[in-house]
Amino acid sequence: MNRLDYSVARPAATSVSINKVLKNTYILLSATLIFSALMAAASVAFQMPPMTYLLSLGAAFLLIWLVLPKTANSSSGLVVVFAITGLMGFGLGPILSMYLALSNGPQIVATAFGGTGVIFLGLSGYALTTRKDFSFMGGFLIAGMLMILVTALANIFLAIPALSLAISAVVIMLMSGFILYDTSRMIHGGETNYITMTISLYLAIYNIFVSLLHILGALGGDD
Amino acid sequence: MDWMQIGSAILLGAMIVFLWPRAKQMLKETRKAEAGEWQSAILPILAVMGFVALLVMMV
Repeated sequence: MNRLDYSVARPAATSVSINKVLKNTYILLSATLIFSALMAAASVAFQMPPMTYLLSLGAAFLLIWLVLPKTANSSSGLVVVFAITGLMGFGLGPILSMYLALSNGPQIVATAFGGTGVIFLGLSGYALTTRKDFSFMGGFLIAGMLMILVTALANIFLAIPALSLAISAVVIMLMSGFILYDTSRMIHGGETNYITMTISLYLAIYNIFVSLLHILGALGGDD
Repeated sequence: MDWMQIGSAILLGAMIVFLWPRAKQMLKETRKAEAGEWQSAILPILAVMGFVALLVMMV
């Protein structure tokens, strides 16, 4: 094979592998979102106590930090992804029950659900169609995430409701940035593992949904 | 302070500890933005915030 053959064949192969990562990520993301929603529905039906949220989230994050890095390149990574998203969905139960108890609770939950879907599809569509490289945002997004975690930790002790709402608004902006960043990484070949991409996008969607629920519940609710 | 607050504080503290090394690495490795690149990212994020404001008015 001469040099010209390489120059023609390599971009085609790269394009095929990028499309494969995109396809696999979105298929797995859809499956995990459905599974997560089923687990959330089960948690609401069982009327799980508020502590379930923390315990499920804690267990899910232990899996993300300790187990996922070791299994992300094997088929067992798929089991870990479903375990993580199932736990996080199950943890949503007590929060959903709390909002559903409000007089306009079902409307708030449905609006947050639909709104999250529109935000995710809109941002993914934007990144996929423009094919812009958002890799420059990585440092800013992770620094912003750390700032938000420190602020949220401080607000546990300060208990300022307005700060809590501001945190939710900033989380939505940061997670929107993460959707652009992650989608761009897949398009430009920066990330080739669909398991880690699925978890990354799932966390962005999950955080947008919870933050949107918080904002709509506080500003649009009847509490 | 109840158990939920203590649990939340522990979880957030653990997240900060685990995220810190990755944040340092990402800050070191991230490329600088070129002219106009921030604009292409900020515009859709502002659109998201406008959409959230619309949802708040709807509920």
